[in-house]
Amino acid sequence: MRWIRRNLVVIAGLLTLAYMLLPNIVVMVFSFNKPNGRFNYSWQRFSLDAWKDPCGVADMCESLSLSLQLAAWATVGAVVLGTMIAFALVRYRFRARGAINSLIFLPMAMPEVVMAASLLTLFLNMGIELGFWTVLIAHIMFCLSFVVTAVKARVMSMDPRLEEAARDLYAGPTQTFLRVTLPIAAPGIAAGALLAFALSFDDFIITNFNAGSTVTFPMFVWGSAQRGTPVQINVIGTAMFVLAVLMVVAGQIITNRRKKTATA
Amino acid sequence: MSTPTLPKEAAAPVEEPVLRKPSARKRLVPYWLLLPGIIWLLVFFALPLVYQASTSVQTGSLEQGFQVTWHFQTYWDAFTEYWPQLVRSLLYAGTATLLCLLLGYPLAYLIAFKAGRWRNLILVLVIAPFFTSFLIRTLAWKTILADDSVVVDVLNALHVLDVTSWLGWTEGERVLATPMAVVCGLTYNFLPFMILPLYTSLERIDGRLHEAAQDLYASPSTTFRKVTFPLSMPGVVSGTLLTFIPAAGDYVNAELLGSTDTKMIGNVIQSQFLRVLDYPTAAALSFILMAIVLVMVTVYIRKAGTEDLV
Repeated sequence: MRWIRRNLVVIAGLLTLAYMLLPNIVVMVFSFNKPNGRFNYSWQRFSLDAWKDPCGVADMCESLSLSLQLAAWATVGAVVLGTMIAFALVRYRFRARGAINSLIFLPMAMPEVVMAASLLTLFLNMGIELGFWTVLIAHIMFCLSFVVTAVKARVMSMDPRLEEAARDLYAGPTQTFLRVTLPIAAPGIAAGALLAFALSFDDFIITNFNAGSTVTFPMFVWGSAQRGTPVQINVIGTAMFVLAVLMVVAGQIITNRRKKTATA
Repeated sequence: MSTPTLPKEAAAPVEEPVLRKPSARKRLVPYWLLLPGIIWLLVFFALPLVYQASTSVQTGSLEQGFQVTWHFQTYWDAFTEYWPQLVRSLLYAGTATLLCLLLGYPLAYLIAFKAGRWRNLILVLVIAPFFTSFLIRTLAWKTILADDSVVVDVLNALHVLDVTSWLGWTEGERVLATPMAVVCGLTYNFLPFMILPLYTSLERIDGRLHEAAQDLYASPSTTFRKVTFPLSMPGVVSGTLLTFIPAAGDYVNAELLGSTDTKMIGNVIQSQFLRVLDYPTAAALSFILMAIVLVMVTVYIRKAGTEDLV
């Protein structure tokens, strides 16, 4: 009993972690299922069929590739615009700073469905056809604030004297930016980019309102929840989860090695 | 405030006619940096809200077209018709937020103070689910909470379902398609948004403060109440906001895990906009939701006393 009391926090924390991972485990297990009907909700028997033929479902891989492209472009757009804003906000003092800070905070403090619906009214009123471009515009819009926040945090902790030192060593403005400023800001920009990519790739609500007949991967999953869920959806989900974990672990190993060589 | 980051030799180019006033050009730099992003937000975030405001006071039909008639009655009609869904959304989102805090705090604490060399692995496991589409994970709850699933059998055997049914959270021996399933899904979906800010603010706490509290004979629980928790308040505030706001507008969980009796305001807005095509009512409803959320958030931030968030 004493042991339990002393480790209460650890036990509670690990239980939460289990709660968080349970659906992922279910998704993984059910990717090896061979369902009887159209829905993959109850276990029937083990099968590797879905893994052997991940694109065997009509339109699924098309939606997946569309989502990946969309996320890539949204990331590029949001990172470029967001990094510029972050530098301006941290490095310069000017009028309207407060107003701009609120303008950046508001999209994060608004229920997604409100943004989604208001964008739709804009597009409808302007007579803009819904599709890839409207979704891309929307994704850049809501990823922007998150990128600004991530990059800002990093730039704020940067020492401006490093750039002064570079200039004292006769580096031009471009050279200073490319060889000093950008490398130091890179982790913040990378964090922002990763967040933007994940947010865009996973977004459903805003896409649902503004996609018209364009089908992204989340929208395909949504539709399949009504029509019948192919096992391949679980395969994609599992693959993404494993890939994400592997990527982070690999990144961790690389940074650890660098630290070791730097100190040695 | 000087701008130490600006190149001092900006006055060098001779061909520039503005040579006499180099500071004027320098002063414009932040505006050029801001311009594209801010225009994007103004056109695709602020302007749409204006359009929506105008839509909410229009009358007409899809066939004959809509006209601005300053028909504010729509707001009242929408509110009187859909207040149960509105109240339900706030209730579900509030419960989910509370559960997220209760579940997330120990895990954030564990990562910040107890995990040691496991810290990064646990952090990865908290973030990695983001990369499996959240719709897929939400659908997985259909399997977990299905009528003959292990979880439901255990809850039944422990007589938990008797209590929750009595409270109206579940129905008989079912969990799926009840309020409990929806709240469970909401809690699950927004937990990372609670854990990450909590972890960030806990991690900043100086461990020596805990030692100092112990040296002054504070028990672990007193240390937590008087030192750790107050210092983690910024994380608690941003975590609860990041959980409550999206949860209040969510319609995915209610749609996939709930029934017609668990519809939230997001479901109503979605169907009014995309199925019924009654744009004025939908616009009015989303403004009502936005107003409620903004008021609650403002009051909450005032009370919690961390203005530096905004």
